[in-house]
Amino acid sequence: MTSELDIFVGNTTLIDEDVYRLWLDGYSVSDAVALRVRSGILEQTGATAAVLQSDTMDHYRTFHMLERLLHAPPKLLHQLIFQIPPSRQALLIERYYAFDEAFVREVLGKKLSKGTKKDLDDISTKTGITLKSCRRQFDNFKRVFKVVEEMRGSLVDNIQQHFLLSDRLARDYAAIVFFANNRFETGKKKLQYLSFGDFAFCAELMIQNWTLGAIGEAPTDPDSQVDDMDVDLDKEFLQDLKELKVLVADKDLLDLHKSLVCTALRGKLSVFSEMEANFKNLSRGLVNVAAKLTHNKDVRDLFVDLVEKFVEPCRSDHWPLNDVRLFLNQYSASVHSLDGFRHPTLWDRYMGTLRGCLLRLYHD
Amino acid sequence: MPGKLKVKIVAGRHLPVMDRASDLTDAFVEVKFGNTTFKTDVYLKSLNPQWNSEWFKFEVDDEDLQDEPLQITVLDHDTYSANDAIGKVYIDIDPLLYSEAATVISGWFPIYDTIHGIRGEINVVVKVDLFNDLNRFRQSSCGVKFFCTTSIPKCYRAVIIHGFVEELVVNEDPEYQWIDRIRTPRASNEARQRLISLMSGELQRKIGLKVLEMRGNAVVGYLQCFDLEGESGLVVRAIGTACTLDKLSSPAAFLPACNSPSKEMKEIPFNEDPNPNTHSSGPSTPLKNQTYSFSPSKSYSRQSSSSDTDLSLTPKTGMGSGSAGKEGGPFKALLRQQTQSALEQREFPFFTLTAFPPGFLVHVGGVVSARSVKLLDRIHNPDEPETRDAWWAEIRQEIKSHAKALGCHAVVGYSESTSICEEVCILSASGTAAVLNPRFLQDGTMEGCLEQRLEENLPAGCGFCHIPYDELNMPFPAHLTYCCNCRKQKVPDVLFTTIDLPTDAIVIGKGCLIQARLCRLKKKAQAEANATAISNLLPFMEYEVHTQLMNKLKLKGMNALFGLRIQITVGENMLMGLASATGVYLAALPTPGGIQIAGKTPNDGSYEQHISHMQKKINDTIAKNKELYEINPPEIAEEIIGSPIPEPRQRSRLLRSQSESSDEVMELDLSHGKKDAFVLEIDDTDAMEDVHSLLTDVPPPSGFYSCNTEIMPGINNWTSEIQMFTSVRVIRLSSLNLTNQALNKNFNDLCENLLKSLYFKLRSMIPCCLCHVNFTVSLPEDELIQVTVTAVAITFDKNQALQTTKPHVEKSLQRASTDNEELLQFPLELCSDSLPSHPFPPAKEHLESASSNSGIPAAQRAVTVEKASPMGEGNFRNRSAPPCANSTVGVVKMTPLSFIPGAKITKYLGIINMFFIRETTSLREEGGVSGFLHAFIAEVFAMVRAHVAALGGNAVVSYIMKQCVFMENPNKNQAQCLINVSGDAVIFVRESELEVVSAQQPTANCQPLCTGGEVTT
Repeated sequence: MTSELDIFVGNTTLIDEDVYRLWLDGYSVSDAVALRVRSGILEQTGATAAVLQSDTMDHYRTFHMLERLLHAPPKLLHQLIFQIPPSRQALLIERYYAFDEAFVREVLGKKLSKGTKKDLDDISTKTGITLKSCRRQFDNFKRVFKVVEEMRGSLVDNIQQHFLLSDRLARDYAAIVFFANNRFETGKKKLQYLSFGDFAFCAELMIQNWTLGAIGEAPTDPDSQVDDMDVDLDKEFLQDLKELKVLVADKDLLDLHKSLVCTALRGKLSVFSEMEANFKNLSRGLVNVAAKLTHNKDVRDLFVDLVEKFVEPCRSDHWPLNDVRLFLNQYSASVHSLDGFRHPTLWDRYMGTLRGCLLRLYHD
Repeated sequence: MPGKLKVKIVAGRHLPVMDRASDLTDAFVEVKFGNTTFKTDVYLKSLNPQWNSEWFKFEVDDEDLQDEPLQITVLDHDTYSANDAIGKVYIDIDPLLYSEAATVISGWFPIYDTIHGIRGEINVVVKVDLFNDLNRFRQSSCGVKFFCTTSIPKCYRAVIIHGFVEELVVNEDPEYQWIDRIRTPRASNEARQRLISLMSGELQRKIGLKVLEMRGNAVVGYLQCFDLEGESGLVVRAIGTACTLDKLSSPAAFLPACNSPSKEMKEIPFNEDPNPNTHSSGPSTPLKNQTYSFSPSKSYSRQSSSSDTDLSLTPKTGMGSGSAGKEGGPFKALLRQQTQSALEQREFPFFTLTAFPPGFLVHVGGVVSARSVKLLDRIHNPDEPETRDAWWAEIRQEIKSHAKALGCHAVVGYSESTSICEEVCILSASGTAAVLNPRFLQDGTMEGCLEQRLEENLPAGCGFCHIPYDELNMPFPAHLTYCCNCRKQKVPDVLFTTIDLPTDAIVIGKGCLIQARLCRLKKKAQAEANATAISNLLPFMEYEVHTQLMNKLKLKGMNALFGLRIQITVGENMLMGLASATGVYLAALPTPGGIQIAGKTPNDGSYEQHISHMQKKINDTIAKNKELYEINPPEIAEEIIGSPIPEPRQRSRLLRSQSESSDEVMELDLSHGKKDAFVLEIDDTDAMEDVHSLLTDVPPPSGFYSCNTEIMPGINNWTSEIQMFTSVRVIRLSSLNLTNQALNKNFNDLCENLLKSLYFKLRSMIPCCLCHVNFTVSLPEDELIQVTVTAVAITFDKNQALQTTKPHVEKSLQRASTDNEELLQFPLELCSDSLPSHPFPPAKEHLESASSNSGIPAAQRAVTVEKASPMGEGNFRNRSAPPCANSTVGVVKMTPLSFIPGAKITKYLGIINMFFIRETTSLREEGGVSGFLHAFIAEVFAMVRAHVAALGGNAVVSYIMKQCVFMENPNKNQAQCLINVSGDAVIFVRESELEVVSAQQPTANCQPLCTGGEVTT
């Protein structure tokens, strides 16, 4: 006696969260059944392995049918075939678009192309995430990227509108899209200590301040999205950053800046002498990063540079985080007191964001 | 020219990509009704076209309006080649033809293609202007309402229940026409879908005409089926119960209901109707004067039953399709003569209803059934309905005579079915012989009726169990005792019925689903020989099915079966029997005895030991079941009533016969006189099997109950969480040389595993009850067995269930509507007080139990208090409008039950009757047979929901999947499936307000209500 056909269709589509997770994680039906058996469900419910097998198959079939709709979540809301309560729909979407930290760290900043997709095998081996799951996550990134890349308006809003994700997840995707578009390098060994959250935090700051959209978001006219492009950095702004070079190129200005900062921080830093000794190096590092951002290549290395030029020197001198904060605040603010400096607004736009990023990046 | 049909095509969405080059579609729409076709403009390059068409107007006859479906075809425009069809939508416009139903059909319909499934959606608006001169209206059957529900629909009151209507139409099956060889599968499928749609319309119209002739205005319990006979044709047949219904719209009609809708919901069902059952059957027998009669000449369709000579005086009538029109004239004349003893004179005093207004059902005799084996290739005139009409007439006569033999003049819970394999067809009919209240046949005033009912109810809730036949002249050997409830009348020791548990029945404990499953191998044979072989097997199958049912019932410690449905399916090389019923313990019937095992082998120590071991196991199981189902009947002092060890005789309530092509009649005496039903002899291996199978049936896991009736006796506190589902399983039998035992085991395992899977899948709904569990077996091929189950899982509130079970038993005896646990929370004084003062409480109470919503009893009571007692309710009714439900937009509930727990049905929008074919030539790519059927059933649900939503409804009640014919050819990578579903589209209103209240005070409600009641009196 073999079962030829075995199906269960509810008027309200049954969604088993545990099985959904197993499916998302890319397990085959037999693996999923084995895992469910191990979870002790048979003892709890008194079911047999055959029942579990049939149940798992059913759910997998349902998910397979739903997957097409999940690729365009608004379709899931409007389709008529599966009657699913709104809360469940949200859960399906949210979980489908959720990703693994380990995975995202591997592809963050990479071009979402066929080439990268070929590397998924290696990523799967490295991270222990099934290839199927890697593919789903990668395809999700790519799909979201394709849809919103050319769109005007707030990146997060666009993602939310087209993929119906929660605010948090939409922000994460905005970071992923932003990184993919600007191809920031995140895979270098010295960046390994950074989490996706660190990068996402920086991405958000940069989207808010350094993109075309940042200009459109003037408080007087928040709805204006005429030139609001969140995905690309504001090229004009990057060009202008060259002007900051004067801060390190002009020796008087650099000395004046240093003395202002040192005066203000004397006695307040536990690493004052180290700071004083390193000031010029650090300042040169930060300003040079800004000046180099006109080249795409250097934009990609932004995080490498920041870590090399600022985070590592401070860390080797054992600056406490609070000292870093005090220093960066004073370092940014003192520029306004420099008489010869004519780009205080530009400086604030650059340094405001950079300060936030650096503080986030400064940890072990 | 009595009608103008107007159609507007608004927009499309999610269309498939038809042009690979542009990834877009140039869609336009053809709207066809009858022979007229309109087209929209082509909307270029869009998957979401906005046609916003003008109103397409069709001026049509009402006959066409009833028969024809509106056909909407979405196409992709192609400049150079033929336009490609994207898919179709068929819209049945019948609901627009009667005033109380929907007024407009408007919404998104899935665009369906028989090869590709659903491909996007289309937004359509449909209206009908009927040129309403009432005379015309009357002469067509446009105004007749149809309900699938097998009880009086909730917002109606039955003025008269006229009786049985049936009709049958035949056509050539397009799949078997010569043209099918040259047309595409799509064209062939669409021809079939369209034909069945047309035939259904025609059938409904013809039945409507009969109803109008009977002076009725509605058909309740309408059951339409189609038989795919193959070469000999395609038959669509329907049966139903003609009624005159009154809409409960005035406050008076709604009287018992208060202004809170939830309340009304519970109360509306027929029971509240003051004189619901004025069964003035006089006018309802128009059949007598019918001139039409079939020719009984064919050898295999002769009158088969000898016992009904008296009955056959009545000419066969009402059977010929199209004959109905002739009867109009003489009808009135007859009407006067027939006001008395109308039931007896009726040709077929059958009722497809399974639940009745209180007092309607006086006594129940037992199940009557008849089967007949026919050869389809012997039909002389396959295109004409006469032969099939004659077949059914014959079977109905048998049923009628069986009922007579049981001392009953009517058959309730009546249904008909067929099973076809190649050229052999088994026709089956079954029902419950019953005596209906003769007083209800006369028109009574409201008060009269009421009084009478109260008086009738005095022997509370046991009356229907009392035997209708003569004790000294019993139709079969039976063991009678005095009723354990009233001690006045005789009752049988077990009772089998096909109806729902009457609302006033006194039940102890809970019920459970009981199934008997059986397979019998049969040699492959041709024609006559095959028919004879089947005919010879049938009585044995019936006997065994019956024995199994009886044994399992005993094993559960119960004494009555409700909703019994025995399905016999014929295949090439086997017969399958599946009987499902809901077992209960009726307080009126004696306590069932145990099961004793006996061996004939003379004393052999180890053998004896084995037997006693088995015996112990059985006794343990019975004890366990009694505990599980809370069957603890009050100890009856007079043990005389029923000896604990049963009399060694099998009493059968099943009277059945087979008539086969050889024209023999087998009256099967199930008792066989000698064998004790409850003494199982285990000398042969068969019997051992039986015993084993008895013990291997696993009870549902804790927290689960199941039944195949509308409601589960002993559970009333339903919550509003429901889940309707369909599950299909097909197994392939491994070897060809199977034995009966192996086959039985396979089949048994299939059903048991299926149930286990359901319990597992629905575990999140615990505590929950599977209601209206409906199993269908088919044998699509030699080694394939297909089982289809449709049911609804309803969650109930466990705490309340526990609270209420205790008082239940003691108090039940004193009350008319005792099985209602909610009510038991009412102090008894209240009930007795309010009864005289207010005519309706009993009805209302029944309703509560009938429609049983949950959790709400408390709420209800609380509300009642506010509104001041039942009496006050009527007065208060208009004070506040029912708060319109917070209907979550777009959600359409589906349920096989006639009600929605926790909600009130406010309007019936019309019948849903849909037929779909799906075919694939890429089976593997669609996920194999399971993927294919899973998707198809999901699509069918979607289309049903879309049609209901377009009618303005939010639920389908009395939903049934009548057919699911699945054929596969994996070698060719092909599969085909036909599905036929029906139900009643309704609008329901949820009582969220009440639920809140109930949640707040789940228990403290008796008090307030009590005071309320006192105030009233």
